[in-house]
Amino acid sequence: MKLNTLTAHELIEKLGRNEIISSGIVRSLEERIKEVDSKVRAYVRKGAQGCQVTSHKDGELKGVPITIKDNICTEGFNTECCSKILDGFKPPYDATVISKLKSAGAAVFSLKANMDEFAFGSSTENSFFGTACNPWCLECVPGGSSGGSAAAVAADEAIWALGSDTGGSIRQPASFCGVVGLKPTYGRVSRYGLIAFASSLDQIGPLTKDVRDAALLTNIISGHDVKDSTSVDMQVPDFTKSLEKDIKGLKIAIPKEYFVEGMDPEVKSTIEEAIEKLKTLGAEEKQVFLPNTRYAVPVYYIIATAEASSNLARFDGVQYGFRAESGKSGTEGSLIDMYKRSRGEGFGQEAKRRIILGTFVLSHGYYDAYYLRAQKVRTLIKRDFDEVFKDCDCIVTPTSPTPAFRIGEKLDDPLRMYLSDIYTISANLAGIPAISVPCGFTKKGLPVGLQILAKPFDEEMLFRVANAYEQATEWHKVKPKL
Amino acid sequence: MNYEVVIGLEVHVQLKTKTKSFCGCSTEFGSEPNSQVCPVCLGFPGSLPVLNRSFLDYAVKVALALNCKVQEYTKFDRKNYFYPDLPKDYQISQYDLPLSREGFLDIEIDGRHKRIGITRVHMEEDAGKLIHQQGVSLVDYNRTGMPLLEIVSEPEISSPLEAYEYLNNLKSIIKYLDVSDCDMEKGSLRCDANVSIRKIGEKALGTKAELKNMNSFKAVKDALSYEIERQAQVLDSGGKVVQETLLWDEKQMKTFSMRSKEGAKDYRYFPEPDLPPFIISADRIGEIKKNIPELPQEKKMRFMKEYGLSEVYAQILTCDKEDAGYAEECFKAFADKDKKPVANWLIGALSAIASSHNRGISEEKLSPENLIDLIVLVEKKQIISNLVGKSVLEEMVNTGKSAEAIIGEKNLAQISDSSFLENLADEVIKENARSVQDYKSGKANAIMFLVGQLMKKSKGKANPKLAQEILKRRLENV
Repeated sequence: MKLNTLTAHELIEKLGRNEIISSGIVRSLEERIKEVDSKVRAYVRKGAQGCQVTSHKDGELKGVPITIKDNICTEGFNTECCSKILDGFKPPYDATVISKLKSAGAAVFSLKANMDEFAFGSSTENSFFGTACNPWCLECVPGGSSGGSAAAVAADEAIWALGSDTGGSIRQPASFCGVVGLKPTYGRVSRYGLIAFASSLDQIGPLTKDVRDAALLTNIISGHDVKDSTSVDMQVPDFTKSLEKDIKGLKIAIPKEYFVEGMDPEVKSTIEEAIEKLKTLGAEEKQVFLPNTRYAVPVYYIIATAEASSNLARFDGVQYGFRAESGKSGTEGSLIDMYKRSRGEGFGQEAKRRIILGTFVLSHGYYDAYYLRAQKVRTLIKRDFDEVFKDCDCIVTPTSPTPAFRIGEKLDDPLRMYLSDIYTISANLAGIPAISVPCGFTKKGLPVGLQILAKPFDEEMLFRVANAYEQATEWHKVKPKL
Repeated sequence: MNYEVVIGLEVHVQLKTKTKSFCGCSTEFGSEPNSQVCPVCLGFPGSLPVLNRSFLDYAVKVALALNCKVQEYTKFDRKNYFYPDLPKDYQISQYDLPLSREGFLDIEIDGRHKRIGITRVHMEEDAGKLIHQQGVSLVDYNRTGMPLLEIVSEPEISSPLEAYEYLNNLKSIIKYLDVSDCDMEKGSLRCDANVSIRKIGEKALGTKAELKNMNSFKAVKDALSYEIERQAQVLDSGGKVVQETLLWDEKQMKTFSMRSKEGAKDYRYFPEPDLPPFIISADRIGEIKKNIPELPQEKKMRFMKEYGLSEVYAQILTCDKEDAGYAEECFKAFADKDKKPVANWLIGALSAIASSHNRGISEEKLSPENLIDLIVLVEKKQIISNLVGKSVLEEMVNTGKSAEAIIGEKNLAQISDSSFLENLADEVIKENARSVQDYKSGKANAIMFLVGQLMKKSKGKANPKLAQEILKRRLENV
């Protein structure tokens, strides 16, 4: 058995029994990358850096390698958000999650995972380094924005990976690539060192081959961080303990609104089968209503772009990254010229679109109508969830209304692209945790993901339900043929 | 034509916390450029701000001292604009829920008291510093992220002199709190002024100009006077004042237009998502309140009451906290109930010496006890004259010696031996027949000349009072 195909917990066990060594895992990953990544393109800058690792074998992870999305700062290794404007940026510091991983004994891969530029997208087509492909169908997108992380895990080019999720950027690619992806509760994981897209929505989370790995990785990256004022100071439970519990008697909410128009019939039937499965495992189904969900997409695209327009202002060519040569010099005009050219040439189409949208909604005279109103509706969306969780343990929905779509299919239609996040966005707006687990395939062989949502800081519920489902099915064991 | 002047001041005060607003970098002044920076204050991607608690404490302290209502629920906002000295291209500031509002500051001019409203006191981070050299512009980020307070007055200031007094009192209060150096030259206090004029009796405000680049309180006063005069000339000649930002040129004593402010600049304020809103508990406010020392205004009233000083004297002596403390020790060391002689020496001779050294009176190495000894020797025992006393004081300050030691060493004690003085008086009378004649013919002032001659002969040591008495007596017999 090739080491790169194993899960992290399997490898940790083998390392613990001294059956294998950490560098052997790295080597098998390198071989796999060499073999398939010219097709999958899950990684970026392959020529430039090779597969350096920083490993601390003393910790519980015993030197198991991990793959990191290109928007999470790794000291001394390029971190460019797959954008030209961060060309050559090597952070002088590690993100808090990276420090935690290193002290837990992870071997952090210097090769970073492909993504949509600044996490702006649902397909990884917006990467400056080129589109990543879905290992199950190379003509299809792997989802996004953590498409590289999901594809790498699915194609056994990574043992596991970190992604970030602002509106579904972990869960949707996990669903498209047939892997497990978790967005933790807002505040559960430190955002220090995650290059911000939308500060009030962003969370770092795991993409893994099974639920146990997701629980293990969440254990390591969670917890209060004095460097992040929005991280919450509360005890982190051992999430692997949740894997021992069954789901008998749990009340599972099915939101009426999520099963209507626009949904792919194959996805619909797959999810319905999954719900039946959960019922056979002892869960009770309950129909619920999340009436304000229909506003989630517009609310999200106001708040997220507003924050992004401000977060991305710092990429101005002054201190780091890409700077265009200024035409004039020595005048104030030359400064503005430098800003315009650097940002004009440094940002891609989608980044520009979102910066312009966000700048508009924050502008004087529009703020109340857009940003302020969106914040109010956000509160209503959160209340809908609070209401449901009063008497339900979790909510089950499809992760995405469709399976992976073809590369280029939605690129010229941003609105349709934005709608592919319709089921995932509400969790970010409400700050609640959500997980996507593989739950079947379409006739064409594309994976479908089941999304489970729970109340704030109840990731334990997600692992419990997801694990019970995974144990009763075989979907997670199927590998793409590359 | 006569106009009424309307001035509002916007003051930025840099607080002297040990570390910056949102990171652990040092706030020390004058270090090597870009030596006090980190990923947070440089706005590096992925870095996040964390509020320095002392920043908040200092800010609350100032707000309370300025009689503001401190808000229980407050938050930070982002003020978005592009500039190379602003690494994130937004400034963390406060917008619609500032730390505090509705305060006031009392000033007095020629015994007339006036209360100036304070609109708000809020927290924000400072920007870096641009250094323009030939052909290039450099950025020093040491100042980036330093804690600032913005103190905005109501447009209730009606003259440049009132503005000057407002600034003096504001500085005095903040220095009492020991939270800022308030040094305009070092930039730890900056002031912009909005000024407009209107016909007396008119309700609507005139078009205002914003004045910047004043480097001292005097410059603020001068710039305002210049600008008021300029606006009056514009209106007198039938013109209209244009809303604009003007820079004060101290050398030319003129203002120059920087840019016309046609519409309000759009800073696209929105709540800072990296810093959750916070609640300042009443307990915490109470705790900070307890640590506020006696402020200049209260101290002035107390000095007037306890030491019988005039308002002017009390005002001068309480302006600086350390000087006031020194003065108070002196008052306590002086046994008499009437402290005026002490106040005279502090404000007169000692202040003159100290200011020639560019220091405050408390900074001279002169113990209150030594000063009081000197005052007693001059004013009560009359061992030396006032004039000699001043030179003794100067020597005390320079050497640290006691008054008695200096008087002893230099043999400066006044001569009150009447037979010796009588001999001198006779000599003076003999040598100055003309003045004696004048005195005799009714020119009473001539006596002062004769006393002066006697003092000269005694090398300044004669007791002048006694000398005058003896001269008068001897002259009767001439």
